Amino acid sequence: MKVKFGIVTIALIALSITASCSGEQEPRELVLLTNDSFDIGEEIIARFQEDNNATVVIQKGGSSGAVLTRAILEKGNPSADLLYGIDNTYLSRAINEGVFVKYESPLLDNIPTQLKFDETSHVSPVDYGYVNLNYDKEYLINHGLDIPNTLEQLTQSQWKGKLVVENPATSSPGLAFLISTISYFGEDDEYDYIDFWKDLKTNDVLVKDSWSAAYYTDFSLYGGDRPLVLSYSTSPAAEVFFSEGAHSEPPTGNVLIDKATFLQIEGIGILKGSKNIDLARKFVDFVLDKQFQEDIPSRMFVYPANSQAEQPDFFKFAASPIDTGEVVTSDIGPEIINEKREPWIDTWIKAVLR
Amino acid sequence: MKIERLLILVLLSYLGVFFLYPLIAILHKSLYGDGAYNLGQFISLIGDPYYLGRIWFTTWQALVSTLFTLIIGLPAAFLFAKYEFPGKTLLKAATTLPFVMPTIVVAMGFLALFGHNGLFNTFLMNIFDLDYTPINIVNSLTVIFMAHAFYNYSIVVRIVSSLWANLDPSLEETAKMLGASSLKVFYHVTLPLLLPAIVSSALLCFAFCFTSFGVVLILGGAEFATLEVSIYELTAKLFRLPMAGALSVIQLAFTYLFLLLYARIQETSAIPINFKPRELTTRKNITVQDRLFIFGAVLIILSITSPLISLAIRTIFFEGVDSAAQISNLFSNERGSYFDLSPLKIVFNSLRFALCSVFISLALGTIASYSITKSSKRTKSVRDALFMLPLGVSAVTLGFGYIISLSNPPVDIRGSWIILVVAHSLVAYPFVIRSLLPVLQGISPNLRAAAMILGADPKRVFISIDLPLITPALIVGATFAFAVSMGEFGASLILVRPEFTTIPVAIFRYLGLPGAENLWNALAMSSLLMIVVAIGFIGIERFRYKDLGSF
Repeated sequence: MKVKFGIVTIALIALSITASCSGEQEPRELVLLTNDSFDIGEEIIARFQEDNNATVVIQKGGSSGAVLTRAILEKGNPSADLLYGIDNTYLSRAINEGVFVKYESPLLDNIPTQLKFDETSHVSPVDYGYVNLNYDKEYLINHGLDIPNTLEQLTQSQWKGKLVVENPATSSPGLAFLISTISYFGEDDEYDYIDFWKDLKTNDVLVKDSWSAAYYTDFSLYGGDRPLVLSYSTSPAAEVFFSEGAHSEPPTGNVLIDKATFLQIEGIGILKGSKNIDLARKFVDFVLDKQFQEDIPSRMFVYPANSQAEQPDFFKFAASPIDTGEVVTSDIGPEIINEKREPWIDTWIKAVLR
Repeated sequence: MKIERLLILVLLSYLGVFFLYPLIAILHKSLYGDGAYNLGQFISLIGDPYYLGRIWFTTWQALVSTLFTLIIGLPAAFLFAKYEFPGKTLLKAATTLPFVMPTIVVAMGFLALFGHNGLFNTFLMNIFDLDYTPINIVNSLTVIFMAHAFYNYSIVVRIVSSLWANLDPSLEETAKMLGASSLKVFYHVTLPLLLPAIVSSALLCFAFCFTSFGVVLILGGAEFATLEVSIYELTAKLFRLPMAGALSVIQLAFTYLFLLLYARIQETSAIPINFKPRELTTRKNITVQDRLFIFGAVLIILSITSPLISLAIRTIFFEGVDSAAQISNLFSNERGSYFDLSPLKIVFNSLRFALCSVFISLALGTIASYSITKSSKRTKSVRDALFMLPLGVSAVTLGFGYIISLSNPPVDIRGSWIILVVAHSLVAYPFVIRSLLPVLQGISPNLRAAAMILGADPKRVFISIDLPLITPALIVGATFAFAVSMGEFGASLILVRPEFTTIPVAIFRYLGLPGAENLWNALAMSSLLMIVVAIGFIGIERFRYKDLGSF
């Protein structure tokens, strides 16, 4: 009796497998590998699925560095078709490792030249943001402090114990800020970036491993005791957006200092070894198109790369320095970053942390 | 005999496929290149004062943290073992809550109390009219030890009290009658009998503190990095896989040595004892002294739990957010994100994975424990330490091992929720071993022999002799397996698809964006986690099947 039952089960399973294979209009599966800060509207993904008879599977793989490590480990036999979220600090590494295939989308025409960060056409720019310090408005007023307008001021006594930043060895904004300081002070100048960091350390800078820990445990806006935090230029706007109407003006502001504001560009690329290259290309086009682009600001709180995409109302609190010319961004390119990331971080760790 | 071999084979194949194979695959990939293993990495590591410093720091902070945890844990273990009082089950559940909470949330709780603008500092500054903050422990070593003790003291409480509650009190009474003082009785009678359980829990604490990641970073600040932190930096930021691989091997070797040492101590301290049902061991004549002790111990436990209580309070009285309106928002996907799941679905996911992990861990842990007790004296501690090894492995390394090794046929579970249960069970089943072993080693062989002589077959002996005796220990193991799975989020974050979002992953997601609403959502999910887990703990504690569990 038991044997019979077993045979029937196997037959049923076999039947259901053949049935599922024979369906002609079976949607194809497209896998998108991305980092943990990725977000997008449900209906946008649904639109792509409908138009292309596809199922989009979004697989998050941790931080952007962890995601790239994964892509490198899986090289040639990737578990995903596309990777979203490679930024200019990792771009060269990814290109040199050969994890992507080339694709030049026709929609790149709508993207400003200064955002086109990959001359080799493997990675298309999708969104961008700025890494800079945020200040707590109320704290500065109550303590009679002026917004700093040079990095040197941060090493002076009025800012002692008032700054929290992220660790460049574990956090993307942390690395971006380290690069900013190198762009600002230089590497071999009489007073170089390491001298600055040593002075910051003397001035009691606090280093946290992640943005969340710095922002939600040490920033004075959320109960910490430090009124300056390393964050993004869109964070003040997000404070309004997520205040449930409590704020009509941001409680925080951006510290925008020439050459010390890091322009972070994120891109999407098709992974080498993908078996759905045609569909993956369509997805890249879709991501660069208006509908997807216009959803980016209120999901990921970064600016859309497509200049034709309209930005939401609350982004008026996140004036993009690239458009206003308000600030000059750091001028260190992806190749140099890739070449020097390790020695920079090593030197930094030994000078600042331990 | 046959069934025993079969069970051990099941255990070994599980560990082989889900632990050894991925680990070897990633280490091979990291260390093998140009036709040979790159052993130069080890030499350069050992010659580098920076990494030597990391190894030294990792070891001593783990030892100090463990000692500190034992000091706080033992009085509480005594309380739960010897006294009955109203609210005992709830209080016991509260001791284990910290174990489940995400580090960053705990850090918020700590800061709300001990931070510069925290409750205590504000209070002291107002009372004594100070112009400086009297408590300055945030971002220091002290707070790392406090946090480790906060996380792990329930391991000591539960494992030690489970054995203590069933110790035959007549031994102590005899010693007392012969004129020994209470202190002497404790030192010469109780302590030696409890030693296996104390060492067992110390071992778990040590392994956890040794591989600590978030606690050290978030509360201590970036300058206190353990080996685990270095491995993460090398893997996910610097792409120096060979170095990361070498460091993982060193971390594994160190944990193994310590596990071996603990296992050996535990083994030599094991004495066969007579177990007595709880009703007989509970103190009946409560004196004023007893009452004072109960009161004091309860107060201490409550104050240890206070960072969590402060979180719940903060959620309810959150400035600028209408909690009631927010709760209804939490349950509706008003923002229409692809990644939004209803909290109910998220709780369901967490519970489903946790229950699967509990069952797998109980099975694996029980088989492993029997295999350890039945092995020869010489191999006992070696085997014990080997079975505990999953606790010592770098989570980052193993995670990437899964990605490269379990994503191709024959074993392709990538993207499936099974991978999550597997990862959780590997961390959880050592808890079952550690809570079972002190009891198994204590069961007097005479009991089993007597049953055999009376004609019982091995299955019968297990059901009527062993099972009633080990059920309390199994309950402790199940509690921790449940806690491990409910609280884990590293693996959940990198291995699983959005539809399998668990509570800690949801908390992490909210804390990734700025804004009061996100913070409130994270706090609310944390409070939800506490409630769900507390109910789970109480449910497991109350487990009764026929006469089992009441022992």
